[in-house]
Amino acid sequence: MMKKSPLPKSIVVGLATLLTLIVFAYGFTVTKVNFEETRSEKRVASLTRILRALAHPKIFDYDYETVNVQEPFYLGCPEGGIEAPNPDRSAAFILVKSSCAEPGETIALEGHNFQENSSGPIYFVGFSPEAPDGVPLKMGDFQADAQGNFQVEVKLPNRQVKEEAQAIRAVGKTRIGAPKFSPEAKVTWEKIVETVFMALLATTFGTLLAVPISFFSARNLMSEVKSPLGSIALALIGWPLGMWLGIKTSQLLTLAFSSFFDSFFATLAGALILPAASLAFGKWFLANQNEDLEFRFERRLLNLLYTLMMSTLALAAVLFVGKFLLQLGAYLAPNKDVPLYFLRKFVSQLGEITAILAPVFAALVGGGVFGGFFAQTGQRASDKMPASAAKVFNLIAAPVAGATVAVLIMQGLDWFYQYNNPSVTLYTPAAIGAAFGLALAFVVKPKQPLPVGTVIYGIFRTLLNGTRSVEALIMAIVFVAWVGLGPFAGALALGLHTVASNAKLYSEQVESILSGPLEAIKATGANRLQTIVFAVVPQIIPPYISYTMYRWDINVRMSTIIGFVGGGGIGFVLQQNINLLNYRAASVNMLAIAIVVASMDYISSVLREKYV
Amino acid sequence: MLEIKNLSKMYDGGVQALNGVSFNVKQGEFLAVIGLSGSGKSTLLRCINRLIEPTGGQIIWDGQDVTAASQEEMRLIRRKIGMVFQHFNLVSRSKVITNVLSGRLGYVNPLLSSLNRFSKSDVDMALDQLDRVGIKNQAYKRADELSGGQQQRVGIARAMMQTPAMILADEPVASLDPVLAHSIMQYLEKINKEDGVTVLCSLHFLDLVHRYADRAVALNAGKLMFDGSPKEINDEKFREIYGKDAERVG
Ligand SMILES: Nc1ncnc2c1ncn2[C@@H]1O[C@H](COP(=O)(O)OP(=O)(O)O)[C@@H](O)[C@H]1O
Ligand SMILES: [Mg+2]
Repeated sequence: MMKKSPLPKSIVVGLATLLTLIVFAYGFTVTKVNFEETRSEKRVASLTRILRALAHPKIFDYDYETVNVQEPFYLGCPEGGIEAPNPDRSAAFILVKSSCAEPGETIALEGHNFQENSSGPIYFVGFSPEAPDGVPLKMGDFQADAQGNFQVEVKLPNRQVKEEAQAIRAVGKTRIGAPKFSPEAKVTWEKIVETVFMALLATTFGTLLAVPISFFSARNLMSEVKSPLGSIALALIGWPLGMWLGIKTSQLLTLAFSSFFDSFFATLAGALILPAASLAFGKWFLANQNEDLEFRFERRLLNLLYTLMMSTLALAAVLFVGKFLLQLGAYLAPNKDVPLYFLRKFVSQLGEITAILAPVFAALVGGGVFGGFFAQTGQRASDKMPASAAKVFNLIAAPVAGATVAVLIMQGLDWFYQYNNPSVTLYTPAAIGAAFGLALAFVVKPKQPLPVGTVIYGIFRTLLNGTRSVEALIMAIVFVAWVGLGPFAGALALGLHTVASNAKLYSEQVESILSGPLEAIKATGANRLQTIVFAVVPQIIPPYISYTMYRWDINVRMSTIIGFVGGGGIGFVLQQNINLLNYRAASVNMLAIAIVVASMDYISSVLREKYV
Repeated sequence: MLEIKNLSKMYDGGVQALNGVSFNVKQGEFLAVIGLSGSGKSTLLRCINRLIEPTGGQIIWDGQDVTAASQEEMRLIRRKIGMVFQHFNLVSRSKVITNVLSGRLGYVNPLLSSLNRFSKSDVDMALDQLDRVGIKNQAYKRADELSGGQQQRVGIARAMMQTPAMILADEPVASLDPVLAHSIMQYLEKINKEDGVTVLCSLHFLDLVHRYADRAVALNAGKLMFDGSPKEINDEKFREIYGKDAERVG
């Protein structure tokens, strides 16, 4: 059903060709294509030099034994001639026909008794009062034969004629011992290990975060999540409230227990007792849950109370475990010289991670518990109340929720733009948010389920797409500013990029699962979490493994160049070597990158084939 | 026990899949739902446990208004209604026993079950149910290693794990060989007769309806065309249900 074009086909083709030509012509100008330059002698010479250096990666090194032989020599023959040279022939020596010659003249030079097959440079050494030890000026190289003899012609420098004796020097170098790895190769090895681990950490932690996020950005799961306005409004109030309470609790607990945190044994005791206690409490709590009473408000309030007690206990446990690990780490790794320092150090690093994550954990749990309870309460209220009461309920709850959200958003923006003006960050958004909530409460039918899931999906997708569009290389620049130069910044940048990219890929896999099993599990009366665990997770494991491998592969590639912006790893040395025109060392770096990337490629393809 | 009152479903695309359907189902009945494909059978069955939200009418189950139930109440209702599907809808990468155990999800603690922890009694029950459909020895195989007939038996065992008062079976034998079809239908019959579980089963073949159903309801383009004993379906009724050009086979 193509529409008939008003122009004859040939004209259309001609115009298209012309347009293509113009586009490419302009492109050539913009990209400054310059073929003349590519042919110029200077450029070709430097290209040759670089390529040859690159072809000789400096992987191995030798120890050298050097023999230094020097003969007096006069630049400019004095009148009356000079004595014939007569060097000591018991060791290596050099011979010239005459011990004098004019500047710029080419002279023949012989060497004998050198180490067989040794080689090295030949210098003209000029002496002056300022440089009594002589200033060597390279004239050429020699290569001795199997007997240790050589003959070369060298051109004397165009220096001023001098009456005093100067010298010719030959420095013979012989490799001794087996080849060993060059310092460049050692650095390369160190950095490539760093690179691979950077990729490993980024992939692991990025994936761990990406998995839950992918569920929130899968349309098929989220489009079913619908709640009435009352429930949404209460959830929007409950979440920030719970998060704030969680953070406050974690701060209070830290303060309350601070006197214990300096003692090894106190933290040990806490780290043992508290987790056990919260586990026991949790078990008791689970065993005492009675489904049939669950709908009663008092019962749910009691459940909330128990949940809060358990979370607080768990939070205290986390805090103590973190502090204990720090103590243990400090004890195990008092200085850098202890054996297996990295393992010992890891203990305190784990402690630090725990300490960092404790408030995050507290905020999430608090938000989840309160948000969940509030949402449930709102849901039940909407379900049970008559429509008119639900409307009134909405008219109260929605403006409060709107104001809360708007104020929180403006507080966030305030951090970036520093308005320092309560009218901008507090009153105005509160008023606008409340008005918006009120309007919504008026418009929406009181019990109508609203597609919250789709909204959350939209927010997650937008955030992911935004994050993904920033290259890891650029993120690394920000992280370098935050945590300083080095692989940590690189790992953070790669990790963040992994979260964004993999969450997207994963969520597409969630969207393409079979809906049949999902429907079947739902039909058994399973709740949302159970449905995900039993119907979604088994279906997505193979593609998740596959994409994680793929990302690990990409991260290894990326980590090789993230050092270019200071992100650590092999890229950092590679860039330095290129800047210092140290191409033979750069060649080692590139070789290492090629080997690592190629083997990663291979390993990941083998593993993918095996497990998927 | 189940009252369908004036039930309607209009899909988002504007398709009127159910149009004012009303009928009752008595406790312990084996009711066949017949009709051409596209007549609304699947939609009807899925409205009953609200896998699909009806757009009009009421469903009363055991005196409770299903259409007005909240999400949590719906979970409690669903767990008493087993469902068996045309394409079995097993989680193919999971083990058979896990598939069967998932029938208990409405009863067990959500957190513990999410860690795949089931009580000993639940596991025993799952093995018993598999024994009942004759595939206990396949319990620890992956579900997709089983044949179609075996998979449908897993589907039935899963539904039975819910200790259901009613089973909704959506063309349970449509993707099976005729020989296997009878064996599956016999399991449903056994559940119906021995356990007193009410069965609502949509079927394609009239001979199966005659053989197994106490009663039949027929749909055509979302409208209820017939409600009575399968014996009453004479040629005239048949053409009303299946259209003028339909030819009776079997
Ligand atoms: N998800 C859907 N969206 C839109 N239309 C649908 C959907 N599912 C089914 N339909 C339509 O509703 C009608 C009834 O379908 P269905 O209940 O599957 O019939 P049956 O199970 O009897 O074959 C058909 O016309 C079908 O095309
Ligand atoms: Mg169907």
